[in-house]
Amino acid sequence: MVPVDYYIILSAILFTIGALGVLSRRNPLIIFMSIELMLNAANLAFVAFARVYETFSGQIFVFFVIAVAAAEVAVGLALIVEIFKSKKNINIDEMNSLKG
Amino acid sequence: MHLSETINTGFYFLAPGLVLVPLLGLLINAIFGKSFSEKMVGTVASLASGTAFVISVLLAYSVSINHGHTVSVPFAEWIHIGNLKLDWTFRVDSLSATMMLVVSGVGTLIHIYAIGYMHEDVRFKHEEGRFTRFFIYLNLFIAAMMILVSGDSYLMLFVGWEGVGLCSFLLIGFWYEMDTLARPSWANSNAAKKAFITNRVGDFGFLMAGFLMFWHLGSFQFDEVFKAAPAIAHESPWIIVAITLFMLVGVAGKSAQIPLYIWLPDAMAGPTPVSALIHAATMVTAGVYLVTRSAPLYTLVPQAQYIVAMVGATTALFAATIAVGQYDIKKVLAYSTISQLGFMVAAVGMGAYVAGMFHLITHAFFKALLFLSAGSVILGLERGHHALAHHGHDDHSKGKKKEAKKVESGHGGHDDHDEVFDPGDMRNMGGLRKTMPVTFWLYMAGTLALAGIFPFAGFWSKDEILLDAKLHFTSIYWQLSIAAFFTAFYMGRQIWMVFFGEARTDAAKHAEESPRVMTVPLMVLAVLSVAGGALNLPFEGFHNLGHWLSYTIGEVEGLPLNLGVAGISTVLALLAIFISWLIYGRNPLKTGQVDPLKKPLGFVFTGMENKWFVDEGYGVLIIKPFKWLSQFLADVVDWKFWHDFVHDTVIAGTYNWISEVALSRYADQKGIDAFFNSWGDFTNWLSGNVRKIQNGFVRSYALSVLLGVVLILGYLILK
Repeated sequence: MVPVDYYIILSAILFTIGALGVLSRRNPLIIFMSIELMLNAANLAFVAFARVYETFSGQIFVFFVIAVAAAEVAVGLALIVEIFKSKKNINIDEMNSLKG
Repeated sequence: MHLSETINTGFYFLAPGLVLVPLLGLLINAIFGKSFSEKMVGTVASLASGTAFVISVLLAYSVSINHGHTVSVPFAEWIHIGNLKLDWTFRVDSLSATMMLVVSGVGTLIHIYAIGYMHEDVRFKHEEGRFTRFFIYLNLFIAAMMILVSGDSYLMLFVGWEGVGLCSFLLIGFWYEMDTLARPSWANSNAAKKAFITNRVGDFGFLMAGFLMFWHLGSFQFDEVFKAAPAIAHESPWIIVAITLFMLVGVAGKSAQIPLYIWLPDAMAGPTPVSALIHAATMVTAGVYLVTRSAPLYTLVPQAQYIVAMVGATTALFAATIAVGQYDIKKVLAYSTISQLGFMVAAVGMGAYVAGMFHLITHAFFKALLFLSAGSVILGLERGHHALAHHGHDDHSKGKKKEAKKVESGHGGHDDHDEVFDPGDMRNMGGLRKTMPVTFWLYMAGTLALAGIFPFAGFWSKDEILLDAKLHFTSIYWQLSIAAFFTAFYMGRQIWMVFFGEARTDAAKHAEESPRVMTVPLMVLAVLSVAGGALNLPFEGFHNLGHWLSYTIGEVEGLPLNLGVAGISTVLALLAIFISWLIYGRNPLKTGQVDPLKKPLGFVFTGMENKWFVDEGYGVLIIKPFKWLSQFLADVVDWKFWHDFVHDTVIAGTYNWISEVALSRYADQKGIDAFFNSWGDFTNWLSGNVRKIQNGFVRSYALSVLLGVVLILGYLILK
């Protein structure tokens, strides 16, 4: 059996990659993908620990996360489409109309 | 209360009506007067005054059935401070009732007369709207005079004292924008101011007396003052002397005695009913009333009494000499009034209170009669003058436009001189006994009463004063006798000049008699002037007034008739009238002729003519230094010193320096401003730096979130 440390390390690597992706990319689609990556890194940690502690609650949480992520993507993509319609591009650095 | 019961106990509860009814009349005229006809206004005012007279009669009746018992009728609370309790209380005793009767009785007759007089006066002066105002003032005067005579304390008396002073001021300046000949000028206003200011000097004396009285005797109330006075007089008599002498200053102001009499001749600027009511019959006698009321004080200090008597006697003689040299019919009467007031003051000064009050009453009758008759003469001449000026035109009284009148007065009357016609100048009269017979006989009655011819009222009252003087102070007796001689002389001169001889102007030739509304009140006064002596005949059992007043001022000896005194005074009066006939009656004055007395008397007559230059003397001695002092105080002390130096330089300068340098520049700018500005600067700097974080890049926010999460997690893990 693969020790749980490996899962955690993988999860951390994936999360970091996702976080770096969110911070460094300008295309919202890529950012969404990075967010998915981070969510799934978390999911992986949940599932790993669920197995270690032999409970279902971690797995159930994963389902919730997946469902919420799907909903989030749906809302997010809709927003991106609308932004594109009005601004003709989706560069995230140009979305600064709330700047103080 | 049943009437039958009241008849037995007295009508004291009516006392406040003395003041309230005239005030009511005043209010009715003030509010509705605009829509009333002149007759209505006059009727309301006369009824108000008449009601006061009826109340006075009822009060006098009440006093007599209660055997002169003094009754105080509380009316309103006024001042309550510590021990000082001053209420508005009506004091009804025989003395105040006497004054009430004189004031309201003569006052009512004058109200009625004034309906006729003012009707024409406002038309000659083209100010018909002012008719109502006159009667409002008259009612106000009656109310104030009633407060004066019915007050229960010196302070209440003072309220009335000031009230009548105010009315006097208002009525002297009734035609405030013209002089006595209706030319545009401030002469009448100046006369009003002169009266008011001179009376201020007198009021200062009254107030000082009041303060001393309160300080040393502890009260203003008559009875309490009189009760406390003997003990004080025993310990330190100078206090009572000071009080009585300060009071004399007030008396000199109000009753026109030396040295403050100068306002009364000028007060003739008022309409003639005012001269009769206020400046002859009632207000000016307030001083005599005050001394009589204060009899218990004066009796304590014979020195003060002597000074009062001397002031009165000197005034009587002095003013009588001036009256000889006057040409204005009202000025003669004005100086005569001063002289007669001198008789009264001398009488009360000598302690002959009954004689003084007796003369006050008879004088009110005959002097009101003389003044009102003089008013009738003046209006008669005015009528003649206007009838001439308008021959061929409409009747003048039909209310012509003001402009039209001005043009006419522009080319003057149809007299032989360009000056404005003076209907009051006796040199413009003459022969009026034919054109104004009723007025002539009325005037004769007043003259004989004033001259002291048997059996007219003035004979009895004047002789009583002379007899008292003879018994007490011989010098005063001689002064008063000579004054009585002059009195008869100037009245004789007036009669010859006004009513006898030939008319010296066309106006006098065409003079018209006055209407009945004016002559009927005069007839009543004439009857009183003839028969008024019956009040107090010098025979056993006939001292009615003396007996009546003894209720209030104590028993006074009723002197029997002294044939010597009466004889001397009658001979003097007849002699004076004879001399006046020799000078003025035998050879009547011709038009433009100088007074026949001027040549033989020379500079003496010039002095009489010019009132012995007293006004000029006051001008040099008091008014000029006063003006100079005022100028000095205004220019140098007030403006240069107080305004420029103290206020501008010292106070404003210091203030400016403190505010500008110390407070503004240092404390405010360097201290407070700097402190708060530094906070502002700090906030500014902080926000400038903090806003850099808000760069609008979503990713930088995300980085912040990440760092935050890492920090929090790191803290949680590592702690």
